[in-house]
Amino acid sequence: MSAESPVAHQFEDAAQQREAATLGMWVFLATEVLFFGAMFLGYTVYRLKYPEVFRMASEHTIIVIGTINTGILLLSSFTMVLAVRAAEFKRRMALIAFLSVTALFGIAFLVLKGFEYAHEINEGLFPGSHFQFTEADPYTARMFFYLYFLMTGVHALHVTIGVIMLVIFALRAMLTLKLERLSTAVDLLGLYWHFVDIVWVFLFPLIYLVDRHS
Amino acid sequence: MNAIATPQAPPQPPSHEPSYLAVENTVRSWLLTTDHKRIGILYMISITLFFLVGGAAATLMRLNLLTPQGALVTSTTYNKLFTIHGVIMVWFFLIPSVPTVIGNFVLPMMLGARDVAFPRLNLASWYLFIGGGAFALWAIIAGGVDTGWTFYTPYSSTYANGHVIAMATGIFIAGFGSIATGLNFIVTVHKMRAPGLTWHRLPLFVWSMYSTSVILVLATPVLAITLVLMALERAFGIGIFDPAIGGDPLLFQHLFWFYSHPAVYIMILPGMGVVSEIIACFSRKAVFGYYFVAYSSVAIAVLGFVVWGHHMFVSSQSIYAGMVFSILSFLVSIPSAIKVFNWTATLYRGSIWFQTPFLYVLGFIGLFTIGGLTGLFLAALAVDVHLTDTYFVIAHFHYIMVGGMVMAYLGGLHYWWPKISGRMYPELLAKLSALFIFAGFNLTFFPQFILGYLGMPRRYHAYAPEFQVLNVLSTAGASILAIGYFLPLAYFLWSLRYGKVAGPNPWQATGLEWTTESPPPEHNFTVVPIVTEPPYAYDPVAAEEALAAKREQREPAYVR
Ligand SMILES: [Cu+2]
Repeated sequence: MSAESPVAHQFEDAAQQREAATLGMWVFLATEVLFFGAMFLGYTVYRLKYPEVFRMASEHTIIVIGTINTGILLLSSFTMVLAVRAAEFKRRMALIAFLSVTALFGIAFLVLKGFEYAHEINEGLFPGSHFQFTEADPYTARMFFYLYFLMTGVHALHVTIGVIMLVIFALRAMLTLKLERLSTAVDLLGLYWHFVDIVWVFLFPLIYLVDRHS
Repeated sequence: MNAIATPQAPPQPPSHEPSYLAVENTVRSWLLTTDHKRIGILYMISITLFFLVGGAAATLMRLNLLTPQGALVTSTTYNKLFTIHGVIMVWFFLIPSVPTVIGNFVLPMMLGARDVAFPRLNLASWYLFIGGGAFALWAIIAGGVDTGWTFYTPYSSTYANGHVIAMATGIFIAGFGSIATGLNFIVTVHKMRAPGLTWHRLPLFVWSMYSTSVILVLATPVLAITLVLMALERAFGIGIFDPAIGGDPLLFQHLFWFYSHPAVYIMILPGMGVVSEIIACFSRKAVFGYYFVAYSSVAIAVLGFVVWGHHMFVSSQSIYAGMVFSILSFLVSIPSAIKVFNWTATLYRGSIWFQTPFLYVLGFIGLFTIGGLTGLFLAALAVDVHLTDTYFVIAHFHYIMVGGMVMAYLGGLHYWWPKISGRMYPELLAKLSALFIFAGFNLTFFPQFILGYLGMPRRYHAYAPEFQVLNVLSTAGASILAIGYFLPLAYFLWSLRYGKVAGPNPWQATGLEWTTESPPPEHNFTVVPIVTEPPYAYDPVAAEEALAAKREQREPAYVR
């Protein structure tokens, strides 16, 4: 997209460009589903293979943080929708505000997740050389924490990318003169953000809730 | 007199702009281009280089197998050679071959578009491909990898020597290039079609590229994450595949083949698309059963996702899973056979013109049929137990990959070379090299069916003495094949300067890409084409009549 014309040379008009960009994002999300899907499959296989040890290991995650984080992400999806709507109606102040609030929710999620990680690492649950787990077979427990850190880590990476994009878009909303061009981009960011949210909606019960007693 | 071919849209008015090749010719203009045609050329050059690397490894293997003792290389070196050959040929030649070279070049033109939907992403795909290739080449130069292209755990994650992680990184990066290409093509086909170009007026090449793109987008991410898990396990000794730490190596195989079986269709569907285009043009007849050929591409893409277990019949997969996967694998042969029958029926009462692209296509049909039928042998549980990991398997998939895809790639290159370069290749030499390739290929790989049936295992640098005659034949065939591959390399380059000027439509073909100049201007079309015709409006009767009329006038040079 050149700076002068809002429609790139390969497209006939802005509508075609918007539809192409939107479809592109959906296809990208399909790729992402399969990317996470392989990890979810691995987790499911071993959860079924070692139900007892995985249950014991999962009880070392902090359910309070997990629950608050779920709420935060759901709220952030709501503010994201408001941002998309603000962009659609070209309301600059509302757009900047909702993008910023969504970004803040994202940052809050990451900070809380960081606290949880720190707590687990202090307990020796990070699957490295200092890993220790006395209640059950440490190899199997380590596998749980390996999958846990991998999946939540990749998810957190996606949240981080989303937050960076939100900040960039908020800045663009402040600086750009024409909001029309931002509207499609905010729409696509919204799709991405909801996807990241939905991944967490699956991660949360699978890691924190299944078969939990304490 | 009727026209022998009605193009999908009227020919373009002359463009007064320079062609895409002449626009600007600095290194910078090529490395930063977003023109789909130039990106196609970039891919063409890079995959040719990778083909030479993979081919060199194959040459050393074939030379080593001249004697039963395997006198040329040690078994360790041999392991590295077949790994290099497999990795380079699969990920850095076959998977990108038709999609990124011919697909990039002609797909947007077939749709009447100025470019793909996301030109900069298209360029990024190439850089990802080159970045991944650099890792792979580094892994080879630094000492190689001996796992085979399948990276089975726990061997790859624990015991293997060499630079497994670098190699996996290379494939991981190149994989994202594939995903980006697939995404780009899907959106381009959906959103960039010219007015009047409905789905059922799309050339069959577009249908097959679309199906391929769906596989690229849905299967490649699974390979990516699987390789990450394998590499983490190798680097830190923590993972989910090694039984010593509670993992299950079968899970790796499931995930790997969930990608790699559909990848087989990434490596054949685009070739099938090329065949459909060429066979219609050179028999001057619409492809028989357009809808069946179009939707069988989709069916292959879908069914291809549910047959991966046929690679694991002897890996302690349950017998019931094996039976289900066996039946499903038989089912995939139906859409494949539909294509073969329809291509053959297209020839019937056509006005056949034996030019080089058509020779390649005839080769494709025969060799793909043999490759496909022997695939059914392997999909049958009882036979597979005997044939697993023998040369029969090698011969089977080389009939598909080389006899099918490489033939189609070369056929497509000859067919679209006038469009790409604006010049004709030398016809006689090209026919000769097509014959070399066909003969050399069969002499190389047919003996391997027999070797495998007799029980010669794959992936060994030495073998029992009674297998020597067939192995010598195979190596002799490979030498002929090599000549056949070097000839086009030479005469394509030669034709760039000395070839006859082609003109917009040397084959009198119907596709939109032939309505514009050769080589096309930077934005392909001067005016947006408006499509009024179905894709293959050829008239074989008119073609025959024209032929007879020319003969009557005793015109020596008959030009169609
Ligand atoms: Cu397969």
